[in-house]
Amino acid sequence: MSGGVDSSVAAAILADRGEDVVGVWMRLVPAGADVDAPRCCGTDEAGEDARRAAAALGIPFYALDYADVFGERVVDRFVNAYAGGETPNPCVSCNQHVKFDALLHDVVRKFGGDRLATGHYARAATGEDGRRHLLRARDPSKDQSYALYMLGQRELARIEFPIGELQDKSETRAIAARFDLPTATKAESMDICFAPGDYRKLVRERAPEAFVPGPVERTDGTVVGTHAGIGALTVGQRSGVGIATGERLYVLHLDTERRAAVVGTRAEIARRRYALTDMRFVSGEPPSSRFATNVVLRYRGIPLAGHVDVDRTHATLDLESPALVAPGQAAVFYDGDEVIGGGVVARHAL
Amino acid sequence: MDRVYLDHAATTPVDHEVAEAMARVLGETHGNPSSIYAEGRAARAAVDRAREEVAAAIHAEPSEIVFTSGGTEADNLALRGALKARRDERDGLITSAIEHHAVIDTARDLERYAQVRVDVVGVDRYGVVNPEAIRDAIDERTSLVSVMHANNEIGTIEPIAEIGAICREEGVTYHSDAVQTVGALEIDARKIPVDLLSINAHKFYGPKGVGALYVRRGTRIATMQTGGGQEKGRRTGTENVAGIVGMGVAMRIARARRATESPRQAHLRDRVIAGVRARVPDAVLNGHPAQRLPNNVSFCIPGTDGESLIVALDLEGFAVSSGSACTSGETEPSQVLLALGLDRELAKGSLRVTVGRSTTDEQVDRFVEALSRVVTRLRESASVAV
Repeated sequence: MSGGVDSSVAAAILADRGEDVVGVWMRLVPAGADVDAPRCCGTDEAGEDARRAAAALGIPFYALDYADVFGERVVDRFVNAYAGGETPNPCVSCNQHVKFDALLHDVVRKFGGDRLATGHYARAATGEDGRRHLLRARDPSKDQSYALYMLGQRELARIEFPIGELQDKSETRAIAARFDLPTATKAESMDICFAPGDYRKLVRERAPEAFVPGPVERTDGTVVGTHAGIGALTVGQRSGVGIATGERLYVLHLDTERRAAVVGTRAEIARRRYALTDMRFVSGEPPSSRFATNVVLRYRGIPLAGHVDVDRTHATLDLESPALVAPGQAAVFYDGDEVIGGGVVARHAL
Repeated sequence: MDRVYLDHAATTPVDHEVAEAMARVLGETHGNPSSIYAEGRAARAAVDRAREEVAAAIHAEPSEIVFTSGGTEADNLALRGALKARRDERDGLITSAIEHHAVIDTARDLERYAQVRVDVVGVDRYGVVNPEAIRDAIDERTSLVSVMHANNEIGTIEPIAEIGAICREEGVTYHSDAVQTVGALEIDARKIPVDLLSINAHKFYGPKGVGALYVRRGTRIATMQTGGGQEKGRRTGTENVAGIVGMGVAMRIARARRATESPRQAHLRDRVIAGVRARVPDAVLNGHPAQRLPNNVSFCIPGTDGESLIVALDLEGFAVSSGSACTSGETEPSQVLLALGLDRELAKGSLRVTVGRSTTDEQVDRFVEALSRVVTRLRESASVAV
């Protein structure tokens, strides 16, 4: 339970169904830490909200400490990725390493729990083949299945997403109101939870070496300006590159060795082919070594038609039309509403 | 669910007689003890009676009792107040490796912000502070020694009479956190050379939020907060009249029941220890085998962790802790257990069971059964694939 309305309602739905429910809140920042992130689910304040929600439902509640694993596997990786010229997805890291690894282990081992339910907008269902399937939420505008693509059969066997079955957010809020949950009217989280506002501030604090100025170049090596540091740049961004030519130029590539930012026009940067690493498939296997799919390249992105060639833990993605995606982002494959799997966009050579 | 409460070191249920006395004060005695008219005098009289009860329980004078908001404030007042009031250049504070956070964190805070030199003396494998180690640590700059009477996590009773005698010989002020012992053990301030002693009402069936510091006549302490000058300027602020009255009644009851209750609890303690040893043979008893609080059992159970044990036992209907209630939620093993020289992994599997007035043989037996089940399950599930 994060202290937000979604996980509170998830707990309410399960308790209402007569399940033996225990509420767990994850501390993600060290206790007493002075965090100016009022929306972060892992702060003391959020923990108090979660505690109140559990009390309103009359279920046992425990605060568990995951500050170390969150710090290492989510925050440090986030900083290192930006410092290394990539664009990380911290929600993916958090789901992969904290919620559905560290927490899931504790739910099973510490609590002797059968299943872990979260407030994610997605659906997990068992098919006629006996396998678990990962599906988009019923409310497509809230769908969070993109950030859950790494879940396999082992995890999904123990996971439930009660909220994903609801028609829309208003139904969530109606249930919250019905159970008189104190979180019923809370604002939704928007920013990167541990770096509210401008994430670059955090990257600059933690990786000052990534804020050394360097050249801005075109693909042919012509220097067209200077930038303030790799850590402040993201592949695909338009503004802030520090040049004033007449053309609209986008960051095409970040060369950390030379601290160079390579820029180009939209036509230059949009590619059809991307290398993917760390491939995951929900069923445990790709549908075949080469398969057609619809791929989503960013959270709530539009599915794009393409083909995937899988080579063990790596893959090549060929899109039907050029698109722009930054290294470090997740490429997630869908068959209709069903998540097939995905991988991480690799840094590419020019 | 029928709950079994076995965490009396964290806090005790308020005695009915205490609750009734407090309700009467809240309902009938509304005066401010500092007011000179009849209502004020009535409140003052109620506070004075409580002060007499608390003083009598440790054979002190009423004027030597300063009421505080609890054990933490008493410890803070003792350390900060004594060091602030010192007249000479001595800036040394000696304490032990097994103190409560209220002492050790206060010492560290004073070290950082008040240029106090802090020396932490270690303990043996049972958690006992060697008085000679205190003597060795004392030098010409030592101003204050703080060693607790009995440890809240492992139950070990410290040789405070010997430590106090050494402090007196050396001309050093001696403070002891007796939060776990007042009410449970005989403490005679006439015989034990202790200058400052912390007391906490909710550890002996009194209310939370009220405690006291015994300040031996002649011991200088300065106030931490400034204001209207209550408690003879040593702890200013309008008195918590109902809480203080509750503390006085709780003290009187504890004193009257101690002779029968402490041996009864020691029997229950030994029943827990024997039961755990029989059902979980590899469990390791923490603390001194004999010199321990009559109500304290502390074990480390290999192949488990404290948090899992507590959660599982809670869901089975038993309230126990993994150490200090003040540090629950931490995943790091307890500093007290590490100070005994325990292996970090083993120290993570700590479990504290503290019996009380309402504990019965039957509850103890049910607890041992439940613990045995839980340990078996946790050890099995540690190998379950997730």
